[in-house]
Amino acid sequence: MERTTIDLWVGIFVALGVAALLGLAMKVGNLTTVSIGETYMVSANFENIGGLKPRAPVKSAGVVVGRVADITFDPATFEAVVSLSVDKRYSFPKDTFANIYTAGLLGEQYVGLEAGGDEVALKNGDKITQTQDAIVLEKMISQFLFSKASEETKDSPPAQASTPAESTPSDSTKMEDDALGSNPIDAL
Amino acid sequence: MTQNIVEIDNLSFGYKGRMLHQGINMVFPRGKVVAIMGGSGSGKTTLLRLIGGQIKPTKGEVRVDGQVVHTQTREGIYQLRRKMGMLFQHGALFTDLSVYENVAFPMREHTDFPESMIRDLVLMKLHAVGLRGAHQLKATELSGGMARRVALARAIALDPDIVIYDEPFAGLDPISMGVICDLIRTLNDALGTTSIIVSHDVKETFSIADYVYFVANGTVAAEGTPADLSKSTLPFVHQFVHGEKDGPVPFHYAAGDYKQDLLGYEA
Amino acid sequence: MIKRSRLRPLRTLGHAFIKRIWRLGAGARLFWLTLISSGESFRRLHLTIREVYFTGVMSLIIIVVSAFFVGMVLALQGYNTLQRYGSSEAIGVLVALALVRELGPVVTALLFAGRAGTAITAEIGLMKATEQLSAMEMMAVSPISRVIAPRFWAGVIAMPVLNVLFCMVGILGGYLVAVPLIGVDAGAFWSQMQANVDWRLDILNGVIKSVVFGIACTMIALFEGYDAPPTAEGVSRATTRTVVTSSLVVLGLDFVLTSFMISL
Repeated sequence: MERTTIDLWVGIFVALGVAALLGLAMKVGNLTTVSIGETYMVSANFENIGGLKPRAPVKSAGVVVGRVADITFDPATFEAVVSLSVDKRYSFPKDTFANIYTAGLLGEQYVGLEAGGDEVALKNGDKITQTQDAIVLEKMISQFLFSKASEETKDSPPAQASTPAESTPSDSTKMEDDALGSNPIDAL
Repeated sequence: MTQNIVEIDNLSFGYKGRMLHQGINMVFPRGKVVAIMGGSGSGKTTLLRLIGGQIKPTKGEVRVDGQVVHTQTREGIYQLRRKMGMLFQHGALFTDLSVYENVAFPMREHTDFPESMIRDLVLMKLHAVGLRGAHQLKATELSGGMARRVALARAIALDPDIVIYDEPFAGLDPISMGVICDLIRTLNDALGTTSIIVSHDVKETFSIADYVYFVANGTVAAEGTPADLSKSTLPFVHQFVHGEKDGPVPFHYAAGDYKQDLLGYEA
Repeated sequence: MIKRSRLRPLRTLGHAFIKRIWRLGAGARLFWLTLISSGESFRRLHLTIREVYFTGVMSLIIIVVSAFFVGMVLALQGYNTLQRYGSSEAIGVLVALALVRELGPVVTALLFAGRAGTAITAEIGLMKATEQLSAMEMMAVSPISRVIAPRFWAGVIAMPVLNVLFCMVGILGGYLVAVPLIGVDAGAFWSQMQANVDWRLDILNGVIKSVVFGIACTMIALFEGYDAPPTAEGVSRATTRTVVTSSLVVLGLDFVLTSFMISL
């Protein structure tokens, strides 16, 4: 075969390969949505992270803005320290709220950021103080059954059932600031 | 400049204790056609590989153009090989290349000649072997004799000092054999090269060689000009030259008693 | 005294083991020689380009057709299971992740070993049997830098290219089954995929895998050819060994690489 024909075919071959790689990166992968470029790190303490894993997405208003970089245990406070790497393009106020949500009923867990109203923005190395733990499904079910049972015996008003989390001993005080009843249902 | 371009000095070679050659001495003077003859399996081809530096001798040495082959570095051996052209038993043409590219191969590898010059040289070499018209054929489209001639054109592509022929007549029809025979002699004289032929075809070899070495049992059994050897009374040479079935080289491979072998079961 | 015959299985085992180790060493030596004689493959790029044509371009059809069917089957099977849990939109993720992470590199490598690897082994083996390699040696041309190295680099280049093409065509096949045939929403198909396929951890790791497989498959094919006994039987056995060894090495390496990539 002529050398020029071979050159042409190999040229087409390599071009196809590059095009396919670009296609994979743009159309299939999330190269366009999450830049692997500049990020800044913030950390947040949680009493219970449930099934959160490193690399889980960090979302705000449903948009992926970063990734969970690292999860460690703090032996002093017995809390989980979650470091988040957030895209430099997005800045969040100092009083941003970090929640651990579940995508769907049984889906993977991710960190949701809800912006507060503070004028000072989070910087690299800052700590998010307002956090809410992961919802542990088994705990919720047992709470629900427990409150149902107590409801039946005491014939208590139905309003109590909407705040079942109050009865758990492990709940932190931080959680009470939030409108707790709405969040788990949101997540579900 | 030494008078002998290749000298083999007290050469021994063997695999794992079985010696193939023991104390071989040969000289190949410049400009001559020298043949190495011997039966199949007498280590003729191995001798060529020793000259080409593809294997190392157990003892003794081979000198090409005054330089000991086996002590050379890889680079040195490659330098020596550029003075040699080799015609392999079956031509060993590159089957993925055309006739033209086969002959151009050594030039492309070792020179920076421009394409026009390579073209001229290739056509000249092919013309010398009478196959200029076949230059666009694929190597696989050639007959045995033609392939051998193309391989010869390739072997002389870079005008080597030594051309080595490994069984150049094997498996050819009489016409092709005659053509090759004639080519070896004319090219040798026209280019002033030295030819080393390994063969067991007595008639053809004797017709072109200036000097012949007979190899048997790992040593040089006889040597001389073809005319001398034809008249030789040495039993081995006589048997070989006249193609007799039995003689010093027995018809039977060494074996135990025939009767014993056949009746052995009952014993 | 133990009877000699009782020791025979042990001796056979020992012999087989020594032979394997010897071949491993010889293969590693050839790999090293190939690496240090690679200069010419790049200085005279057309040598390598020619081999990319034979290993890469000639494998395109089998790769594209297989990928298309693999993608379609993945979508069909995946849909079957996913719809029971009401998450049929995740079909895009399933197809893409399966292809990009595992099936793309592995199936491409297996097909490559069967299509290009055997061709390489047979070619080199026959070149050796017909004394073409010796002829090259005698012309003061190193067969390793002239024959082995360009084929090696061609394989290393062709494999990742074939891999990304496999993934892309496979995803396309999955799309054709999932969206027009089954009726999954096209937007959900792509957006779910994009949300869950990571550029670096999934796509790039897949490409890295295929580069490693390219090195392994091509080197095995070259070594088997170069090491083949110069007879018809020797070459045919070597060709078989190329497929068997390549397949096993690819699957083994896949496990090792995956466990590395997951732990990182």
